[in-house]
Amino acid sequence: MEPVAERPRAELPSSEEEPPREAPVIELDGVSKVYRTGEIEVAALRGVSLSIRQGEYVAIMGPSGSGKSTLMHILGCLDVASQGHYLLAGEDVSVMDEEELAEVRNRRIGFVFQQFNLLPSLTALRNVELPLAYARVNRHERAERARAVLDRVGLGDRLGHRPGELSGGQQQRVAVARALATDPALVLADEPTGNLDSTATEDVLGLFAELHDAGRTVVLITHEAEVAARAARVIHLHDGHIASDESSSTVRAAGAGR
Amino acid sequence: MTWGDTLRNGIDAIRNHKMRSALTSLGILIGIAAVVLTVGLGQGAQKQVSKQLAALGGNLLIVSPGSSTSSGVRGGFGSAATLTAADATALSSKVAAPDIDRVAPVSSSASESLVNGSTNWTSTVVGTTPDWLSVRGRSLSSGRFISAADQSSAAAVVVLGSDTASELFGPIDAVGQSVTINSVVYEVVGVLTSAGSDSSTNLDDQAVVPISTAQQRLIGGTNRGSVADIYIKASSESRLSAAYQEANKLLAYRHSITSGSSSDFTITTQQSVISTTSSVNGTLANLLIGVAALSLMVGGIGVMNIMLVSVKERTREIGLRKALGGTPSLIRRQFLAEASMLGLTGGLLGVGLGIGAAEILPHFMNTPVSISVTWIAIAIGVAIAIGIGFGVYPAARAARLSPIDALRSE
Repeated sequence: MEPVAERPRAELPSSEEEPPREAPVIELDGVSKVYRTGEIEVAALRGVSLSIRQGEYVAIMGPSGSGKSTLMHILGCLDVASQGHYLLAGEDVSVMDEEELAEVRNRRIGFVFQQFNLLPSLTALRNVELPLAYARVNRHERAERARAVLDRVGLGDRLGHRPGELSGGQQQRVAVARALATDPALVLADEPTGNLDSTATEDVLGLFAELHDAGRTVVLITHEAEVAARAARVIHLHDGHIASDESSSTVRAAGAGR
Repeated sequence: MTWGDTLRNGIDAIRNHKMRSALTSLGILIGIAAVVLTVGLGQGAQKQVSKQLAALGGNLLIVSPGSSTSSGVRGGFGSAATLTAADATALSSKVAAPDIDRVAPVSSSASESLVNGSTNWTSTVVGTTPDWLSVRGRSLSSGRFISAADQSSAAAVVVLGSDTASELFGPIDAVGQSVTINSVVYEVVGVLTSAGSDSSTNLDDQAVVPISTAQQRLIGGTNRGSVADIYIKASSESRLSAAYQEANKLLAYRHSITSGSSSDFTITTQQSVISTTSSVNGTLANLLIGVAALSLMVGGIGVMNIMLVSVKERTREIGLRKALGGTPSLIRRQFLAEASMLGLTGGLLGVGLGIGAAEILPHFMNTPVSISVTWIAIAIGVAIAIGIGFGVYPAARAARLSPIDALRSE
C-alpha cells in the first residue's frame, strides 16, 4: 500500500526541459481575476502571489467561492488573469492567445478531472494517445508511449477497454496516464477523488504519491482535508486571497528527492 | 493532430452515429442522385441525337406539312395534306433547286398487319421513291430496293426492315417470299440493313413500298395524293442552307404563299432536330436540376442542423480536447471533417442511387441515361463541398467555445 516502498516503479520520464531542481514551475505574481456579469463585477482572485517549485506536491483547499476553481483554471491556462503575471516553467502565459494557450496546455500541463473526462467511444489506449496526437507525435510513437504510460499506472492489460468497461478508479488511472503522456511539467488535478469510493480514492492518491516520489510537480485542488493531508504543502484560499500556505504535518517532502 | 487523424476522427464520428448520419445525408443523397440522373439524361439524349443524326443521313432536310400555326380552317384536317408528290418532283428539278441532290417523298405511314401464312406482324408501312435509300443513308442486306419501274407501275413489292423480316420469316431469307398487306399480296424484294432505333421509332421495324402503290392501295380518301414528309438531301453539307432556301422558295411559290408566317409547311434541319430533342429533354433536366438544387440545399441545412446538435452534445468533449491541447483551428478542422464526411456519405449513396436509377429508368421510359465517371467525381466533390460549406458555422461555434464553460457543461 505504501507507494514509497515501490521505488523501482518510480521511473516516470521527467520533464524534457529539466530546469534546475529548485526553479519554480509556477510563479504567480499579483494575479487577480475579475468576472463581469452585466453591471456586477465579481473578484474571484485578489492579488494572489505564489511560487511552486519543481517536484512539489501541493494541495489547494478552500470553501466554495474561495476562488480555488478560478485559480485552477488560471494555473491550467484554461483562463487568463485579469491582472498580474503567471510564469509557467519560465514562460509568461498571461500574454498568450487561445492557440498558444492550447499548445502550452498540451506541452506543460497534464489534467486530471473529477469527472475523468475520458472519451467514451475511444479505448483506454486511444484516450491516452489523444494529447500525443495534439502534440503531433507520429502514430507509432504515440501508441508506444501511451502503452508505456498505461503500463506505469498498472493498466497495461486494459489497453483495449473502453471507459464504460472500467471501474471508476481504473478510469481515473487512465486519466492520470493521459495526463502523463506528454511528459508535462505540471500535473494539475481538480478534485480527482470527488467521484471515487474510498478504495479507489486510496488507489488514485497512491498514484499521485508515486508521481511525487518520481519528481513530478503535482497540484491538487480539493475540499477534502484527508486528500489534502497527503500533499506536502497545503494552500488555503479564502475570498480570493491565500489564507495560509504551510507544509503538511504528514510530511512527504523528504520523498521528493529522487 | 495530423490530417489523417482528423479524417479518422470524422469517420469514427459517422460510424458512432450510423442512423443519424444516414438520415442527415438523405437530402444530399437525393440531390446528388438527381444531379447524376440529370447529367446522365442529358448525355444520354445527346448520344441519342447524334445517333439519330447518323441514322437520318447527312445533309438532310425534312419538309413537313403545315404547322399548326397555319390558318384555322385548314388546321387539323388539312395539315396532313399540304404536300404532294408533285412538290417532291418539283424539288428534284436541277434547274429550280441546283443544290438539292435527291428528294424522297414519304407517304403518311400506316400501321398495317403484315401476314405470312399463319404468322402476322403489325408494322409501319410507308410509301416512298427509289431515292429514299440514299437520302436516308440506308442500305440493303439482301435483295434490291424499290425501282423506278416499281414506282411507275405501282407494283406490289415491299422492302422489309431487318426486324420485320425476321419476325415474319424467321431465319429464312425473306427475299422472294410474299406477304399480305390489307388483302393484297406483295412480293418481298429486299431487306434493309439494321440501323437501330431513334427516340420514337424502331428503324428496323418497317415495310417500304413504292409511293404510288401506297397511294393506290393503302391510303384512301382525299389525302390520296398527299405525302407526309419530303426528305431532301443537299448536294453537300456546305450547300445545306442553300438547299434550304431553294426548297423554301420553291414550295412557297408552288403553294402561293407570300409571307413566311402563313406558310403551310415546315422545313426541319438537323440543327432544329437537335434543338427540339434537347428542349424536350431540357424540361425534364430543368425539373431534375430544380429537385437537385432544392434537396442539396435542404441536405446542407440538415448537415448544419445535425452538426449544431453534435457540437452541443459534445461540448464537454470539445472542452476536454481544448484542455489537452486542441487549438481552436484544430477543433474547427475536426468538425469540418465530420461535416464533409456527412457530405461524402450522402454523395456516395446518392451516386449509388443515381446509377441504380440510370439502370432502371430506361426499362420504363424510352429515355437513354448515360453515366460518366467524370460527373460522378464532380457530384461527390459537390457533396463534400456542401458538407463543408454548411459545416463552417457549427465548426466555428465549436472552435469558439471557452474551454472552462465547455468542461463544466453537463
